[in-house]
Amino acid sequence: MSHKIVVGYDGSDSANAALAFATDLAKTLGGSIVVAHVLEWSPYSFLTPTELEERHKRRGEELARAEAAILAPAVESLKDSGLQIDTALKYGNIATTLGEIAGECGANQIVIGRNGEPGLSSRVFGSAAISLAQAAPVPVTIVP
Amino acid sequence: MTNQIKAAALAAPAMLAASAPAMAQSLDQTINEGFASATGWFVTLIFSPFPGTSFPWIVMWLVIAATVFTLYFGFIQFRAFPHSISLVKGDYSDPNDAGEVSHFQALATALSGTVGLGNIAGVAVAVGIGGPGATFWMILAGLMGMASKFTECTLGVKYRNEYEDGTVSGGPMYYMTKGFAERGLPAGGFMAVLFSVFCILGAFGGGNMFQANQAHAQIANVVGDFPGWITGLIFAIIVFLVIVGGLKSIAKVTEKVVPFMGVLYVLTALVILIMNANMIGWAFGEIFSGAFTGAGVAGGMVGALIQGFKRAAFSNEAGVGSAAIAHSAVRTKEPITEGFVSLLEPFIDTVVICTMTALVIIITGQLVSDPNTGLYLLDEGASTIQTVDGNKGVALTSAAFSSAIPFFKYILAIAVILFAFSTMISWSYYGLKAWTFLFGEGQTKELVFKIIFCIFVVIGASANLGPVIDFSDAAIFAMAVVNIVALYFLMPVVKGELDSYLSRLKSGEIKKFH
Repeated sequence: MSHKIVVGYDGSDSANAALAFATDLAKTLGGSIVVAHVLEWSPYSFLTPTELEERHKRRGEELARAEAAILAPAVESLKDSGLQIDTALKYGNIATTLGEIAGECGANQIVIGRNGEPGLSSRVFGSAAISLAQAAPVPVTIVP
Repeated sequence: MTNQIKAAALAAPAMLAASAPAMAQSLDQTINEGFASATGWFVTLIFSPFPGTSFPWIVMWLVIAATVFTLYFGFIQFRAFPHSISLVKGDYSDPNDAGEVSHFQALATALSGTVGLGNIAGVAVAVGIGGPGATFWMILAGLMGMASKFTECTLGVKYRNEYEDGTVSGGPMYYMTKGFAERGLPAGGFMAVLFSVFCILGAFGGGNMFQANQAHAQIANVVGDFPGWITGLIFAIIVFLVIVGGLKSIAKVTEKVVPFMGVLYVLTALVILIMNANMIGWAFGEIFSGAFTGAGVAGGMVGALIQGFKRAAFSNEAGVGSAAIAHSAVRTKEPITEGFVSLLEPFIDTVVICTMTALVIIITGQLVSDPNTGLYLLDEGASTIQTVDGNKGVALTSAAFSSAIPFFKYILAIAVILFAFSTMISWSYYGLKAWTFLFGEGQTKELVFKIIFCIFVVIGASANLGPVIDFSDAAIFAMAVVNIVALYFLMPVVKGELDSYLSRLKSGEIKKFH
């Protein structure tokens, strides 16, 4: 069974460091990589009526933008690595959702950067790294 | 003689000094008189009593509808209550739908449109006219109204329009046209147009003018009296910035602060009730005895009943159709689930929050009663109960709360302004949906509506409470007239959805995800 690594990725420098670390690891162990991006989302937040009406449309736009601006470049950069690369894109609490992605795809470990840059559609890391370390179902490596 | 001249000479500069505010006050007066004469006929039509009685037919209309829905769906508001809570918690939400509108969000947004001045000022009006007994009828109307809300919100989701770009539009206009066509019933289009017209009036009235009016009353209560059009103008500018300028930051802040204020309001009421725990039994005694005997209130028992039902309907909007517009954006494969969720709305709004307000007003002894007979004393004109300081509407609630916790009137003032504002934002959306249904979508057409909406903010803040509340009620209830007719014709559709859903829930076909 090959070694599968989920990388929490948001396009930041720190996330790229995590991705590079995971790539080396996967090459050494003969594993594969799942590049995962989580859009921060709470079903208990408050929206105005207009936001409710447009939510489905916005969700489509947000997913397309994350796919194009964050996941596609990451996959492109690993094209020549010879590794099997998959992606995952979900809404939710970052730490919980990364743990769920790892569980669903049967990953052996999760690698994330210590802190991401604010901006784009979500701020993936920061305290999420700590929460993930506490809650993840598999070992977690935090890359500085 | 010389003294008179002296007096006149002294009075002249004083009159000059006073003329500026006098002009401002007279602007308020002009707006008030013009408004009252323009809307009088409409108010009379909606609130005309049954011949030979003083009972307005519209109140009976709402009571009968709520009773019919309650019986037809077998007391669904009590049977489905636990399931409604699991739905809101997200127990049945597909994790793959994360990022879509959740049941909780649809409920929260709809609530921010209904929890507002109706709960604070409206209840004070009800208790001020109908006495403590009005509370009983208000709670009963809230409980029964849950079934009306369930019916309309299920239909709102079932017959909503989903456009190619992913946006949705729903509400009574759509179930009247699509639902009636599907069942081969005539006149759906006509009813949709009629409803839309009333919805626009409702958006200008209860969703706007009443809010502006009571927000001004509350501000004036704290900082001292000043002309209403000033408050109106400031409110209108902010509303304009949000709904026309697309200034999301204000709406965002409001949407976040309003739930917090709602919780704070209920907690404060609870604190006051706990401080007076020994009087809660007495207060409920007053409520029950007042409900059936009408202990000396204006109009007796019927007066209490009318006020209770009127203010409950005005506060939770059950049967009015507005909530069906707000709830229809939820992401669900089962329209009935939004019906279940929406029935919590009158419960939170009326049974919990309105009752809190009423109890605080009663317990803090704002209503003046005759020490010998225990009957409530009426004002001159015998239309309202005497209050300790002659307060009415929101000022009465404010007096009740600050008599227990003095600084509370400042918190209440902030709450009132925020509630008023969030209700205006919600209703500007409901009105706009009705407007675009009538005239079609388009930037200019939408701008026209939004500008008229802002003008009514100024009128509402300037006019007196009486004409404003009459028109607000009349417009909101006119919506209910059309909406409830449609609900009667379409309730078998809801019944079909309900039976199918409940049997699948029982067989385990519909499972919890969490």
